[in-house]
Amino acid sequence: MPVVSARKLVKRYDGFLAVDHIDFDIEEGEIFGFLGPNGAGKSTTMRMVQGVSPVTSGKLEVLGMDITRRSKEIKALIGVAPQEDNLDPDFPVVRNLTTYARYFRIPAEEAEKRARRLLEFMQLEEKADAEIEELSGGMKRRLIVARALINEPRLLILDEPTTGLDPQARHLIWERVRELKRNGATIILSTHYMDEAEQLCDRLVIMENGRFLVEGRPKDLIQQVVGPCVLEIIDPEEGRDIESYLVSVGAQVERSAYRIYAYSKQCQTIQSGFRERFPDTYSTVRSATLEDVFLRLTGRRLRE
Amino acid sequence: MSWLSNIDYGAVLVWRRNADVFFKTWKTNFLPSILEPLLYLVAMGAGLGGLIVGLKYAGQDIGYVRFLAPGLVAISIMYGGFFECTYGSFVRMHYQKTFDAIVATPVSLEDVIAGEILWGASKSFLNSTIVLLVIQVMGLTFVPEVLFAAPTALAVPALAFLGGLMFSAIAMIFTALVPNIDSFNYPFYLLVTPMFLLGGTFFPISQLGAAEPLAYIFPLTHVSILVRDMSLGLVRWVDLASFIYVLAAVVVTFIPAVYLMRKRLIK
Ligand SMILES: Nc1ncnc2c1ncn2[C@@H]1O[C@H](COP(=O)(O)OP(=O)(O)OP(=O)(O)O)[C@@H](O)[C@H]1O
Ligand SMILES: [Mg+2]
Repeated sequence: MPVVSARKLVKRYDGFLAVDHIDFDIEEGEIFGFLGPNGAGKSTTMRMVQGVSPVTSGKLEVLGMDITRRSKEIKALIGVAPQEDNLDPDFPVVRNLTTYARYFRIPAEEAEKRARRLLEFMQLEEKADAEIEELSGGMKRRLIVARALINEPRLLILDEPTTGLDPQARHLIWERVRELKRNGATIILSTHYMDEAEQLCDRLVIMENGRFLVEGRPKDLIQQVVGPCVLEIIDPEEGRDIESYLVSVGAQVERSAYRIYAYSKQCQTIQSGFRERFPDTYSTVRSATLEDVFLRLTGRRLRE
Repeated sequence: MSWLSNIDYGAVLVWRRNADVFFKTWKTNFLPSILEPLLYLVAMGAGLGGLIVGLKYAGQDIGYVRFLAPGLVAISIMYGGFFECTYGSFVRMHYQKTFDAIVATPVSLEDVIAGEILWGASKSFLNSTIVLLVIQVMGLTFVPEVLFAAPTALAVPALAFLGGLMFSAIAMIFTALVPNIDSFNYPFYLLVTPMFLLGGTFFPISQLGAAEPLAYIFPLTHVSILVRDMSLGLVRWVDLASFIYVLAAVVVTFIPAVYLMRKRLIK
C-alpha cells in the first residue's frame, strides 16, 4: 500500500487553480521529489498531504487514512519542515524542540532526550542554548529539520530543506536524509537544486502550473527527455545561423543568453560538423543532467 | 460548527507555551501591573478624590478612592485579555508564524485559538489579581479606605478569569479581521478607551443621566459592577443580570472568534 496516494487532487485558492487534477503514489521507503518553477504548486501539494491545507476536490490518502477525515491522526505520524522559517523565537534552540515535542504529547523526559539527540544529529549541539535570532540561516534550516524528526515520523515532508545552505550544510542534510531512508522513513522533498534531486530522489515529478510535466526516476527522465548528452556552445553574437544549423543536423536546440544547448543522441558527430562550420566558436560535449530535463520542459524563461 | 469538537487538550498545550514564555521573564512582566494601580490610587484617589464629596453607590455613601479601587481591578481585567489577544496573538500569528508551526502537529487550529483565549483570560486573572493585592496592601498600610474585607472579594480572581475569557474572545474577533497590526487602533479607540472611561470605572454610570442605559451595552460595565459589588460585599439583582451577561458574552463571542480565525488562517 502506498504511503501517499492522490487521485484527481485539486486545490483552488478563490478562483485560482493552484493544483490541477494530479495523481501520484508515493511508496514506502522511497524519497520522492517535487520539482518545478516558483509558483508551480509544490508547497501547496505538500501542505495538502500534511493536512494543513484543505483539499478542494479529489482523493488524498496518507498512511492509508483519508486526509480530510483523519488529519489529526496523520499529523501525529508525519514530520514537516516547512519552506518558511517558523521556529519559535520566544524559546532558545533546545526549548524549541521540547516545546514542539509537547504538542505531540511526548513526555518531558523523553522529549529532552530526543531533543539532545537530534541536535547532535544535525550538528547543532553547541547551539543548544542559543536564541533563535542568534542562528544563521543555515542553522535555522537544520533546526527545522531536527524539529520535523521529534516525533520519529514515518513520513517526512521537507519543503526546500537546503535552500540558502552552504555546501557543507547541504551535504550534511543529504547525508541525514539518506540515513533516515536507510532506517525506513518515507521522504517527500521539494528542491530547486537539480543535482540534489538527481542524487537523492528515487522518483520525482516536475510540476508547472499545478500539473505534472513528467514523473519518473531521475536517470530515466534524463534519457527520455534529453538523451545521453548535450553539446553546449558559447555564442555571444546572436543572429548568426548557429541555431538553424544545429536544427538542420537533427539536434533539439535551446538558447539561454549566450549559451546554446543542443540535445541529440550523437553529440560527438554533431560537434565535429559544427567545428568545421564554426571553427572559432567554443563548444563542449557533456553528459546530460536533470538540469537539462528541467530547462527543456519548463523553458529558459524566468517566471514570477 | 462541528469544528468546535476539534478542541481538546491541545488548547492546554498552547496555553502552556504562552505561559512558559511569560514566566521566563515574569519579573518585568509583573512590574507594570504593580506600578499602574499605585499611580492611579495616588493621582485619582488622593489627588482627585479629595475634591469629591457626597458620592453615592448602590444607595450608600462611599469615599471616592473606595469607589475607584474596584474599577481599577475591572480595567486590568479588560486590558489583560484585550492586549494579549490583539497585539500578542497577532504577533504570534502573523510575524512569528507560531500558529502555522503548531497546526502541523496534532494540535488543531481550534485548539490554538482556544488556547490563546485561555491564555488571554489568564493574563486578565494574573494582572487583576496583582492589582487587587496591591490595593489590599495599600488598604492595610497607607489607605485604609481601600481594604476590602468582604468574603466575596476573594472570588474576584475567579470572576477575572471569566471576564478575561470574554475580553479575549472579543479581541480575537478583531485579530481575525484586521488587515494589519496598526488597525488595532480602531478597536482600542472606538471600544476599549470609551469603556475604560465610561464603563463604571471612574464614576458611577448613573452620572451619565439619560445615557445610562447605553452603558449597559459595554462588557466592561458589567465586569465593573460585579467586581465592585463583590469587593464591597453587596448582593443585588443587577449582579445576577451582569453575571448572566458575562457568561452569555463568553459563549457568544467565542464561537465567532474561532469561526473567523479559521476563515482567516485555513487556506
Ligand atoms: N494562500 C494562498 N492564496 C492564494 N494563492 C496562493 C496561496 N498560496 C499559494 N498560492 C498560489 O498558488 C500557486 C502555487 O504556490 P506554491 O506555494 O504551491 O508554489 P511552489 O511550487 O511551492 O513555489 P516556490 O518554488 O516558489 O516555493 C502560486 O501561484 C501561488 O501564488
Ligand atoms: Mg514552495
